[in-house]
Order: sequence, then structure tokens, then C-alpha cells
Amino acid sequence: MADRGPAAACLDAVLRQDRGRCLAALVARIGDFPRAEEALQEAAASALVHWARLGPPAHPQAWLIRAGLRKAIDAYRRETALARHRAAIGRLALQEAALDAEPDQAGQIPDDRLRLIFTCCHPALEQKTRVALTLRSLCGLTTAQVAAVFLDAETTMGQRLSRARAKIAAAGIPFAVPGPEDWPARLNSVLTVIYLVFTAGYAAGPAAGRDLCDEAVFLARMLRALRPGDAEIDACLALLLLTQARRAARTGPDGATVPPQLQDRTLWDAAMIAEARALLAPPAPEAPFRLKAGIAACHLAQPPDWARMAALQARLLAFEDTPVTRLSHAVALGEAEGAEAALAALAPLAADLRAYQPFHAAAAEFLARAGEITAARAAYAQAIALAASPADAAFLRARASDLPDDSQPRKKEGRAEARPKSNREV
Amino acid sequence: MKYMALIYEDPAGAPPAGSPDWGPLMQRYMALAQALQAEGKWIAGEGLAGPETATTLRRRGGQLETMDGPFAETREHLGGFYLFEAADLDEALAWAAQIPSVDWGSIELRPVMEY
Repeated sequence: MADRGPAAACLDAVLRQDRGRCLAALVARIGDFPRAEEALQEAAASALVHWARLGPPAHPQAWLIRAGLRKAIDAYRRETALARHRAAIGRLALQEAALDAEPDQAGQIPDDRLRLIFTCCHPALEQKTRVALTLRSLCGLTTAQVAAVFLDAETTMGQRLSRARAKIAAAGIPFAVPGPEDWPARLNSVLTVIYLVFTAGYAAGPAAGRDLCDEAVFLARMLRALRPGDAEIDACLALLLLTQARRAARTGPDGATVPPQLQDRTLWDAAMIAEARALLAPPAPEAPFRLKAGIAACHLAQPPDWARMAALQARLLAFEDTPVTRLSHAVALGEAEGAEAALAALAPLAADLRAYQPFHAAAAEFLARAGEITAARAAYAQAIALAASPADAAFLRARASDLPDDSQPRKKEGRAEARPKSNREV
Repeated sequence: MKYMALIYEDPAGAPPAGSPDWGPLMQRYMALAQALQAEGKWIAGEGLAGPETATTLRRRGGQLETMDGPFAETREHLGGFYLFEAADLDEALAWAAQIPSVDWGSIELRPVMEY
């Protein structure tokens, strides 16, 4: 990598930082997502050649946008059979002339990324596609990096991305910020994508040089800068920061997951928590991310404010009545009011969450507290079988082996040996 | 752009003709048509006779086959359509959401191909 020269290094840096900005500017001018994406890729290829010869330009972003516009005109010229393409060439030539009249400064290019993220997160696209398209278009991940996030083959992800761009163009998904009527629902779709980017990074850790948690924080900050004063955007950023702040404390020295209430608080990032608190300080209307951030903030108290958490979870159900939200509510309720309350709330979720590890872990925990040790042991076994990471499995094994003896003979299971062994393994 | 909203519904799911809900329901279909016409967006729209009236035909190996009934063995059948103009998918979605069948069936929204 190091010997690719200053031109390639400059291009890599620009695409990493400002790919979204360049792409948004091109979609705004060309009015066609797939063509804009192609134009940017061709502009980047030609940048490598030109910049290697003459050195990187003073304003690489402006250079890429102008080159992209010319590439788009060239592409239309190659297929002038269609009358509307001839019209597009005229329109783009005017755009290019307008760019030429402006001084070459990146700061003067209007920032169209807000429109771009609403396009990428449009509900007419499948949710996985929204996440992938946002990572590729706004975070500047390569297709290979996006594929790695989903453990997909690069070609499969490439096809998904080009199908999505083609649908945006063909179905008429607008390159526009939604109006006030659609704003809450459409913003929620964008914030949900940002949160999914964050949780993907949180589960996987940094991969291929990109930390998705950082990318999610970047997206939330970008959204906040482009649409200041929106309490839901502030709350989403606060939620990410509150979770990110505890990242260093989430696994113990033995590699097992540590729940927030048992974490070493000296490992929490105080600056992030302070920023999150400040974001949540002004009063705001009740909305999903505001409630989720409020729930995350309940973990900061020592002991956690379970009663408040249960109340907030109940209010969140008014927005998102899903089995997973109900599970979180049941857990907070159990901590606040006792195991019987949790078990009563968990019972109706058993069918929907049969294959969901946290459900069995929660059931095990409250069964144990209710003294139903045999049932708790069975629930832990199911949770361990479903655990997504070795760290979670280690945590669950440790909890299971802390159960008091029940009446069942269990000599053959070798549990006393199994625990330290499994903890060393992870 | 031109969009077609294809209405898929289980004929058993809609309020039956002659029931107290039937009249107000028809009013809602008419109101949507009138709103589209008032804004100059209307192109066409019809309700279709039930799937039991369908005849499916296809030519295979030079042989024309005719079959009694609809092509797909599903409970939801194409029951009608609206064809209208909209600036983009968001506007089209807003119109399509006003089709009463959305309450019990599904509306598939497709842009009309441009040549």
C-alpha cells in the first residue's frame, strides 16, 4: 500500500472521508443514482492517472465532482438513441458550466448528504439493503468491506447494491428530504439503519480497518450537523455514545461478557457519557430513540434504575410492539418487581423468541431467582447453544455453573471441570 | 412518472356487496378517483370481476392452452388497479395508501416502463 504513491494515498483519503459528499453532489446534479455511482467510480479511476502525473489537485472533492459530471455526460453520449438522454446531456452541460464559474472550493459545494441518506434508507428498500447502501454510499466502505460486514461474498453484495441503485432510479425513489408529514417515520428508518450499523460493529469489533461503531457515530453526527435541533437525532447520537462509552468494560479479563450493572465503571468513557447526558438534557417529545436513550441512561445509576427502565420500556411498546422490545420490558420489570413479574411477562413470548438467545438467558436468570433450578439449568443450556459469540457463551456458562445444586444427579456432566476450562478457551 | 397500483385481495376479506359497510366503502374508492382527477393525475382505474371468472391462456410448443381460473393458486388475487401520474415514489405511495383495499389486501406499486 505504501508504495502506491501520493496520488493513490490522497484518493484513498478523500474517498474514505468524503465519498458520501461527492456521491451526493453527483446524484443531485445527474438525478440518477446508478449513473452517479458509475460516474464517481470512473472519476476516481481517472483521478489515479491524472493526479499521479500532475500531483493531487488543491480541492480533490471538487475535482472528483467535476470529473464525475463529465463522465456522466460521456456515458449519455454513448447512448444518445433515447431522446431523454439527449435532454440530460444538455442539462448536465449547464451544470458543468455552472461548476466552472465557481471557485474550486470543496466548502462551496452544497452538502447533499442529507438527501442521499434518506434515499439510501427509503422504506421501499429491504432493511439489509438500506444498511449496505448507507455503508457504501455515505461511509465510503468498499463493496468488499460491506460484504464482509454481512459475511456475504463480494459479488453477491455487489449485485445487491446495483439492484438497489437500479430500483431507486426505476421506481422513482426521490432524492429528497421528506416533508414534515413523513418526517418522523422516515427519520426513524434512517436512525434505525444507523443503529444497525452500530450494533453490527459492536458485535463484530473492528474489521478490515473499519470500525462500524465509529461509522455509526460519524453518521449520527453528520445527520445532526445537517439537521440541527432535532431531538430524535440527538437522542440517537446519545444512545450510541452511551453504549460506546461502556465498550471497554463489556468483557471481563476472562473474555466473558459483563452486563452493565457488573461492569468496572472506571473503564467507562466519562467524556462520551457527559456528551450523551448533555444531548438528552433538553426536554423533548416522546419518540422511539428518545426512549431508547433514556433506557440506556438508566444503566448509569448504581444500582441501575430498573423501575424507571421498566416504565420507559412500557412506553416504547407504544412505538415498537415487537417480541424483542417486550423481552427487554420483561427483564426490567423482573429487576424492579421480582422474578414472578418477569416470568409472567416472558411466558407469552416463548413461541416468538424460541431461537433468540437473550430470551433463554433471561428466562434462566429469573427461573433461578424463583428457585426453579432444574428449569433454569435447561434454559441456560438452550441459551448457550444459541449464543452468538464465545464471550456470551462464556458468560452464560459461568452463570449456569453458579446455580445451586438441584435434586438431579449431575456427576456425569463434569460441570465442576467444565467451567474453568471453558473460561480459558475464550 | 406513471405508476400502476395493483390491488391484491382475498375476495372473502372485503365487506360483501349489500352489507352496511359496502356503500361507504365504494364512496372511498370513488373519492380517491375524484381526487386523482381533480389534480390531473388520473389515467385509469377499474375493479375486476372475481377470480372465478378468470380464464388463463398460454401458448406452449405452438399449442394454445386455455385454463379455467387464475394463473396463481393464491388466496389474494388481482382485484383491480389504478393507473396514475406521480412525481416520485413518495407521492405514489401517498396516493396508493388511500386505496381502501390496503386495509385487508395488499397494494403492489409498480412504475410503468418508459421507452
